Amino acid sequence: MKIVVLMKQVPNRDAILRVNREEKWIEEGDLSFEVSESDGYALEEALRLKEKKGGEVVVCSLGPQRVKSVIKDALARGADRAIHILGDNLEHVGPFATAKILAEAIREEQADLVLTGLQSDDYGYGQTGVIAAELLGLPHATIVIEVDYSGEQLRVKRELESGWYQWYTMRTPCLLTIQSGISQIRYATLKGIMAAKKKEIREVQPAADAAAAGEFQTVTRIYLPLKQKQTQFLGDGDAKRGAAQLAEKLRNEARVI
Amino acid sequence: MSAVVEEKKIIVGGSFLIEERTPEEVFTPEDFTEEHRMIADTARQFMDGEVRPRIDDLEKKDWKLARELVQKGAELGFIGATVPEEYGGLGLDQISGGIIGEALGRSASFATTMGAQGGIGLLPILYYGTEEAKRKYVPRIVTGELITAYALTEAGSGSDALAAKATARLSEDGTHYVLKGEKMWITNGGFADVFVVFAKVDGDKFTGFIVERQEGLANGAEEHKMGIKGSSTTALALDNVRTPVENLLGEVGKGHKIAFNILNIGRFKLGAMCCGGMKLMTSESVRYANERHQFGKPISSFGAIKHKLAEMATRTWVGEALIYRTLGLIESALGVAADAADAESKLRAIEEYAAECSAIKVILSEFADYCADEMVQIYGGYGYSADYPAERAYRDSRINRIFEGTNEINRMLIPGMLMRRAMAGKLALLPAAQALMDELLSPQLPSLDEDESVLAAEAKLARNAKKVALMVLGTAAQKYMAALAEEQEVLLGASNIIMDVYAMESAILRAQKLAASQGEDTAALHLDMVRVFCNDAVERVEAEARNTLAAISEGDELRTLLAALKRFTKNTPTNTVAARRRIADAMIRANRYVY
Ligand SMILES: Cc1cc2nc3c(=O)[nH]c(=O)nc-3n(C[C@H](O)[C@H](O)[C@H](O)COP(=O)(O)OP(=O)(O)OC[C@H]3O[C@@H](n4cnc5c(N)ncnc54)[C@H](O)[C@@H]3O)c2cc1C
Repeated sequence: MKIVVLMKQVPNRDAILRVNREEKWIEEGDLSFEVSESDGYALEEALRLKEKKGGEVVVCSLGPQRVKSVIKDALARGADRAIHILGDNLEHVGPFATAKILAEAIREEQADLVLTGLQSDDYGYGQTGVIAAELLGLPHATIVIEVDYSGEQLRVKRELESGWYQWYTMRTPCLLTIQSGISQIRYATLKGIMAAKKKEIREVQPAADAAAAGEFQTVTRIYLPLKQKQTQFLGDGDAKRGAAQLAEKLRNEARVI
Repeated sequence: MSAVVEEKKIIVGGSFLIEERTPEEVFTPEDFTEEHRMIADTARQFMDGEVRPRIDDLEKKDWKLARELVQKGAELGFIGATVPEEYGGLGLDQISGGIIGEALGRSASFATTMGAQGGIGLLPILYYGTEEAKRKYVPRIVTGELITAYALTEAGSGSDALAAKATARLSEDGTHYVLKGEKMWITNGGFADVFVVFAKVDGDKFTGFIVERQEGLANGAEEHKMGIKGSSTTALALDNVRTPVENLLGEVGKGHKIAFNILNIGRFKLGAMCCGGMKLMTSESVRYANERHQFGKPISSFGAIKHKLAEMATRTWVGEALIYRTLGLIESALGVAADAADAESKLRAIEEYAAECSAIKVILSEFADYCADEMVQIYGGYGYSADYPAERAYRDSRINRIFEGTNEINRMLIPGMLMRRAMAGKLALLPAAQALMDELLSPQLPSLDEDESVLAAEAKLARNAKKVALMVLGTAAQKYMAALAEEQEVLLGASNIIMDVYAMESAILRAQKLAASQGEDTAALHLDMVRVFCNDAVERVEAEARNTLAAISEGDELRTLLAALKRFTKNTPTNTVAARRRIADAMIRANRYVY
């Protein structure tokens, strides 16, 4: 079985973020980067499937040279080889272009399974996997929290709202977007790190038409939500009525109860 | 094809005191390979993901958990990293060992457990064990299946370790030794399976043995310690315990060699662990200072707090420069050693830098204590509460000045070892001291150097500090001759100067190398750190030398020496206030230690 995992590098989650001067993105100068959390779980799921069914895990990542650290880390944890799509300023294209570039880069792999995180920790669109599936002509399932491939068919458990789940039988090849926190991610062993040195990382350029695919959405401005302070007196001195109004506001305005 | 045998020379141990090095000659953390960096990442992730969340359980003496964590760490390769592959290790370099040590330092308790397991409890077997013993024990220690401990200290013999009273006698049939005695303060004592034990054969032959847990070998109750409460420390009673002759370490009567050589490794590992702890303490202090508001502002905006943060970062960065410079020296000496596969030549390569290892132990343990102390202060009242991390960090840090040779013992070892190397003709200390004395007596021309290279002023301070060290050492040696060993205060003074020399020079070379490879702009804050550090170091050197010289010299001689001292420590102060603010601001912005 061949599994391709799409992985993205994002700013470290502990970083203090500052909006950049152009107000289009954040200041990246003093940031450190890490793998987007749910992509890490996607890789873990791929490695577990490989351990059970055999085959190959190929990771694919889009971005500048610094993205290599995410790729190397994946190889050290057990992925077999990697595709690095290198291009300038491609880390900020929208989800359609991203998905198109990724889809073109992995099309030839003819994977049995494509896994990725359900959404990236930076933009958080939650679209890349879904669009890539569409472009590759694959069925997909989102927010997957369990993958069962013990039988003939692939069964996946999806997270719905309010504690509801859905089991789904998929035909392969297909694409799954994986939820965070569904397993214990393995650490890279020192042996794995040394072995990663010898694994293939193929650098490719984004397909020309993919990069020029255009955007269906653009970011016009990034800014911090304005903080507002406002005082309201409830109940006009009547405690009972005040309490009722407070409860109503907490339920319907603040939505905390 | 004719092999061109290039004769490689090693940098002589202790030569930092009399020779000049170029940045290209020193190894720095900026020279880490990608694999080194990945090892650092995985080790840090393991500590933060598996160990630190469980520290409360470890402190409740859950040794089953400790064993599990050791095994998990072992699976990732942390115990066997530098052990040769034939014994189940990975055969990686000493740099990797240092990197792992640093990560372990994120939990002082677990670092101590692992320090015994992968260091002092394992290395004597690896380096001195019989082939049989090595094959029997090392692979199982590397996987964490067997937990090890190192039993040297006794109630009556700590610093004076060779005065141990434990005895060993050969059985009548000559097949095994029988050991008797009591050991004290044994790390992992509560749950170790295998012990490296030192005892005297025939009453006076100090010898090392491997001893398995068995009937007759009992550990005492857990000591009630100030810190590192998540590590096991107990006494150990040996009541006629037996161990086969194959478990003898090295030769009968040569146990001191084991004890001392293994300590060299233990010392740089301890330094690395301290450094890892300091990075964490600094990051946590920055985070807290950013969060905590007083007078309507985050306390990180106050100059008083910035000073602390900058100083914590500077010491961390300088300490790190020292560790990896020394590991780089050891690594290249190991590469040059005729047959680096044999244990003896490996240990000799490490022993070459014994003085440097002692310096690292002392400097890093004291830097770590400084950081812990300032961390408490930055946390204020919350620093005094066990509900916040500063209190534990403060208690945990203190032990580092005591074990692996107290800092007093290590301090005195430094000039002692350098002098011994000089006497043995391995280090040209005496000609250098003589040349300096000639320089002192000849008329001085004002120097007109207009060196404008990076950190030229600091490099000059370091060069001159070397002269101060030689002046103090030379004068002391002349006055006391062989009796110098009895003049502890003088030795301590000289040692402090020597350590500052090594620290200044290591920091300067690291920053120069960084500036050369990444540009002066990128290195700007590192250059600030070096300027701040050297500015203060030269003041320490001056004070230490003045007081020491006044104790060993008088009259005209003293006046000449003090005049020279004044010249050698002349320093136009840099604006350390502004520099420290810059150093702190970068961390405040990033919300963590960034160097
Ligand atoms: C938590 C913990 C874990 C430990 N783990 C181990 C272990 O795993 N294995 C092991 O074998 N040991 C271990 N030790 C023991 C440790 O190495 C000793 O405590 C240390 O060597 C100091 O010995 P001591 O306590 O007897 O102090 P002492 O030697 O009595 O020293 C007391 C003071 O006198 C000073 N002093 C001593 N001699 C001189 C001198 N000649 N000149 C000047 N000053 C001197 C010392 O510097 C110190 O300040 C551990 C200790 C602790 C507390």
